[in-house]
Amino acid sequence: MKLVLETRNINKHFYKPKDFHVLKDISFGIQPGEFTSIVGKSGCGKSTLLYILSTMDTEYTGELYLNDQLITGKSHEELSRIRNRHIGFVFQFHYLLAEFSVLENVMLPAKKLAEKSLKEIEHDAHEKLKMLHIGHLAQQRASRISGGEKQRVAIARALINNPTILMGDEPTGNLDSHNSENVFNIFRNLAQEKGLSLLVVTHDNDFAKRTDRIIEMEDGNILK
Amino acid sequence: MTNWSVILKIARTHLTTKMKSTVTAALGVTFGIGAYITMAGFMTGLNNLLDGLTLNRTPHVRLYNEIAPSKKQPVSLYTDFKGAFNVVTSIKPKETQIKIHNALPILKYLKTNDDVKGATPQLQAQIFYLSGSIELGGILIGADIMEEARLSNINDYIVTGSTEALKNNANGILLGAGLADKMSLSVGDRIQVATVSGSIFPLKIVGIYQSGLAEIDNSQSYVNLKTAQRILGQPENYITDIHIKLFDIEAAPAMAKRWERQFDIQAIDIKEANAQFETGSSIRNLITYAVSLTLLIVAGFGIYNILNMLIYEKMKDIAILKATGFSGRDVSLIFISQAVIIGLLGGILGLMVGFGLSVLIDNTPFETEALPTIKTYPINYNPLYYAIGIGFAILSTFIAGYLPANKAKNMDPIKIIRGT
Repeated sequence: MKLVLETRNINKHFYKPKDFHVLKDISFGIQPGEFTSIVGKSGCGKSTLLYILSTMDTEYTGELYLNDQLITGKSHEELSRIRNRHIGFVFQFHYLLAEFSVLENVMLPAKKLAEKSLKEIEHDAHEKLKMLHIGHLAQQRASRISGGEKQRVAIARALINNPTILMGDEPTGNLDSHNSENVFNIFRNLAQEKGLSLLVVTHDNDFAKRTDRIIEMEDGNILK
Repeated sequence: MTNWSVILKIARTHLTTKMKSTVTAALGVTFGIGAYITMAGFMTGLNNLLDGLTLNRTPHVRLYNEIAPSKKQPVSLYTDFKGAFNVVTSIKPKETQIKIHNALPILKYLKTNDDVKGATPQLQAQIFYLSGSIELGGILIGADIMEEARLSNINDYIVTGSTEALKNNANGILLGAGLADKMSLSVGDRIQVATVSGSIFPLKIVGIYQSGLAEIDNSQSYVNLKTAQRILGQPENYITDIHIKLFDIEAAPAMAKRWERQFDIQAIDIKEANAQFETGSSIRNLITYAVSLTLLIVAGFGIYNILNMLIYEKMKDIAILKATGFSGRDVSLIFISQAVIIGLLGGILGLMVGFGLSVLIDNTPFETEALPTIKTYPINYNPLYYAIGIGFAILSTFIAGYLPANKAKNMDPIKIIRGT
């Protein structure tokens, strides 16, 4: 079956302060519509792996494929475009541009992509916000809304270009249980209803247990 | 592909939310450019004034006959003495006329030359000014006064009367201000001039001119060329000087050399005659640029600092932008465009401030004996300085913005995201 994301023998070293083999021969694939979580202890390399998968980190050996296309070795300029077009990213800290309105934050990646007219982008952004039940916040300043709302805005921003895969680095790590539940349900729906692939790094075992697939990591290896 | 509308939108948002530092940075540029425009305008205005004092009065090339001993004595032409060591003592110049030979054909030739803006004949003669019992030595210049007025700025120095009045009066004289003072004469009075040979000629004062150089004002006067020839009892082709204005002053030395050979005459060019003025002007220009450059560099450092701080403040934003698909180049363009916007706004404001100060200086009273027609400080409104000003504002802010922007470009988003 066609894989959305595939890694082959990915190895990574940290050279500072001393040589440390952080990822060892990582090979796995993610199927379309699959909701996957990566779990493991602190320092097992799960975040490092996610940054490599997100194409932001390019200092590794091995091969990374996105939609059966080799990503490894492409220029930063091309990688930026791939990130923009195919990958949505949600961080632990909700990272919005504080001076911009919620709507502008959501529209930004689409404006960069510039595949649609400004009107369509605005319409799409409103759609995404409504889907996440925060349509009423559109004109608010991003710095003026609560943590749970911010995370939902970040998800809307990640979805604006209809990416192939959504990646999350502890997306619920900084949220209370109610908001965590909320975010989980959003992810669940995206996977089930929209067929979006999801890859989430998490500490939260309850969260991980309810995903389709758990990748457990230890000392730079995938356990299962 | 660069998406300018998004980049500029982000740049603008950064600038407007940090209004205080934006304004501070822009005012730094404004100050630098404003000072540059004012200084350049004032300094070059002053330069032009000082140059005008002498240079505009000096012809680009002056042709005249000089009485000098022959360079080649007859003995050296005599082949029998060739190779011998000849000593000629007590060499004296040959008696010759002071007038230019073939002056009228030369003048006619020069007037048809494409490089020549104009050529005027002059007759300069030593005379005595007589008024009552007073007798003063001086120089009388016979000139084609309307042509003179067209080619030099003699009109600026005529305190009372006019060049037309002289032209219309065959017995008129434009008297030097110093002479008029000494002899207590004014326009309408009569004065007599005596030539070296003794003949006396009455003239009517139609104007007073004050060049600002005392030695000229105390001795020199203008009459019509024909009047001068009549006073001296000489025919119409008696011309002692030909003054030439060229279209391009830079060509003066070469032209002078050419004509010297062509007409077998002495020719002196403006550069040779006024070398020190050139030096003075260029040094004043150098000072203007050095001071303005310093001001702009200081402003540039201000911008550099502010942008540098902004980039540390916006580290998270940079990480998000990079994570959501903005390339390093996009990010650096965001910051560079902020710097250039600051430069452009500050620069335009600086041009306006500079223009305002120039107008102020231009209207400040400045009266001096030396310059009778000048009533306020001189200012040069050359658009070139405004173009240089805005160009420099953009260039310096671009450089000041480039370094921090480059830092932002190379920031690793992972390190920023992990660091928190």
